Amino acid sequence: MTRFILRRLGGLLFVMFGVSLLTFFLAQMVPIDPVAAALGGNAREDQIAAYREQLGLDKPAPVQYAIYMGRLFRGDLGQSIRTRRPVLDDLRDYLPATIELSLAAMLVSVLIGIPLGVLASLRRNSWTDALARMFALVGGSMPIFYIGLLALGVFWRQLRWLPGPGRLDAALSAPARVTGLYTIDAALAGNWTALANAAGHLVLPALVLGYFSAAVLLRMTRSAMLEVLGQDYVRTAKAKGLKDRVVVTRHVFKNAMPPVLTTVGLTFGSLLSGAVLTETIFSWPGLGRYVTTSITNLDYPAVMGVTLVAAVVYPLVNTLVDIGYSLIDPRVRIG
Amino acid sequence: MANTQTTLSTPAAGRAGGEHTPLRMFVRRFRKETTAIIGLVIIIIFVALAALAGLLSPYPPLEQHISDSLHAPSLDHLFGADKLGRDVFSRILYGARISLFTGLSVVLIAASVGTLIGTVAGYIGGWWDEAIMRITDIFFAFPSLILAMAIAGALGPSLQNALIAVAVVSWPVYARLVRGQVLVLRDQEFVQAARAIGVGDAGILLRHILPNTLSPLLVQASFDMGGTILAVSGLSFIGFGAQPPTPEWGVMISEGRNYITAQWWLTLFPAISMLLVVTGFNLVGDGLRDILDPRLNK
Repeated sequence: MTRFILRRLGGLLFVMFGVSLLTFFLAQMVPIDPVAAALGGNAREDQIAAYREQLGLDKPAPVQYAIYMGRLFRGDLGQSIRTRRPVLDDLRDYLPATIELSLAAMLVSVLIGIPLGVLASLRRNSWTDALARMFALVGGSMPIFYIGLLALGVFWRQLRWLPGPGRLDAALSAPARVTGLYTIDAALAGNWTALANAAGHLVLPALVLGYFSAAVLLRMTRSAMLEVLGQDYVRTAKAKGLKDRVVVTRHVFKNAMPPVLTTVGLTFGSLLSGAVLTETIFSWPGLGRYVTTSITNLDYPAVMGVTLVAAVVYPLVNTLVDIGYSLIDPRVRIG
Repeated sequence: MANTQTTLSTPAAGRAGGEHTPLRMFVRRFRKETTAIIGLVIIIIFVALAALAGLLSPYPPLEQHISDSLHAPSLDHLFGADKLGRDVFSRILYGARISLFTGLSVVLIAASVGTLIGTVAGYIGGWWDEAIMRITDIFFAFPSLILAMAIAGALGPSLQNALIAVAVVSWPVYARLVRGQVLVLRDQEFVQAARAIGVGDAGILLRHILPNTLSPLLVQASFDMGGTILAVSGLSFIGFGAQPPTPEWGVMISEGRNYITAQWWLTLFPAISMLLVVTGFNLVGDGLRDILDPRLNK
């Protein structure tokens, strides 16, 4: 186990190095001077030069990269050209919003995708199955940004059933920060108004973002269940007179879960990509929106910060899933 | 010769003659996949619409008729008109051209580059393999849309740059896929046999190994067509791809975002077109996978 974790950690360091190199290379390709752009049209030549020197952008590219990596090892991600704050501070502000949204979306997709997948497999080739597969097919083929806009237009602007963009109504102030997740922080502070409001704001973006992973999970669950349902030991279990419910829960569902769990891990990573579009539509102040604005403003130190975080989160989640695997399934041995 | 593996492992298939060529067997199986046929029909319809856009569209896609601003669907404007009085139906037809072209070009580029790199990694192996696989690791660690945005942002927002960006993030999948296949195939008996009778590396790769990697490639490419169309229009939607007034579906949805419920036709029709085309490719992908992966045959 220790060797497995160490090897994964080594791989992670290599990937982080590669990701930083790739993003750095992209930053060098930018045809426009981001510093001049950040200071605006009225900035004098010497002001631009001074800001560039302050950011260390006056040095040759390899030197810049060496300095960047040196700082990175001390936990310093550099300074954002646009917000003029340390990138780490920006990330600390924006990351919790994305985590909260992704977790909520994950919950939605697990609660919808797995039960529907099980149902579809048990009633194979029925209307239920056809509807569930249709639901999954649309989820994989619909532009997420249209669904987001439509949900906002109907449930917020027209029907007023749910709150609109953002994490909290403008009239409310954010709960005291503990985790950065508004729902949890509000609950910890006993601020029920803020909790209800934050949860309400989460509903639409989480449903929209979660639908797409729900579609993937549904398909995975259905096919995993079908595979197990065809096994000899399931027939044996039925033959010895076990109730259908017992066969399904004890024998089939349990054995169908491992590949589904892997998919949950994989989709969690891909939620960040979906979050870019969802956060843009719902004005959700998370990493996706931060990185979009940063790219638009050619703020590459900020972009590098986000990509590094993403590069860590994705393999980390998958490693955790692999470790979880070996704990629940004695057949799987890692190392 | 193309399907050496099949002929070697099932000698009976060769005996029956022309009846059982791999292509015919494929067509026969494909015809049993109802949903795949539906997908194929959808794709053919959209390809026809895109090809005949010039003939079928009642108005030029960029022509403005301000008096028809936000006109609801009617006989004059089948799918209504947008804020500038441009005919939505005509724009959808030209948009089909753009979407199909983006899908096809990205998939072609990504699949060719990925196949080349994957073949090198799998066939040569050793240090090359290790290096190439670690590079693909880096690409897999990136959320693909963010990397594509960063590339498109660095190159400057345009449809062409969005294409390049999506192609750059798409090739590693093919590289991994082909490498895996090559690794399995290069030690198979029919490859050893070919080598024993003196076929060179190029011959082995081109005539024996690559043709056998084709089916998983085809499945992946089919799914990727849909994925690419969604990704490029997503990039266009947030401003990193095609720019207004291009009749690109993502741009059209972005332009209609403030009219989503009251003037629903501005966004609904591009969204449905995208849904249909992407569904078409996904259905074909599903069908191909079921046919080509015998384990899934039930």
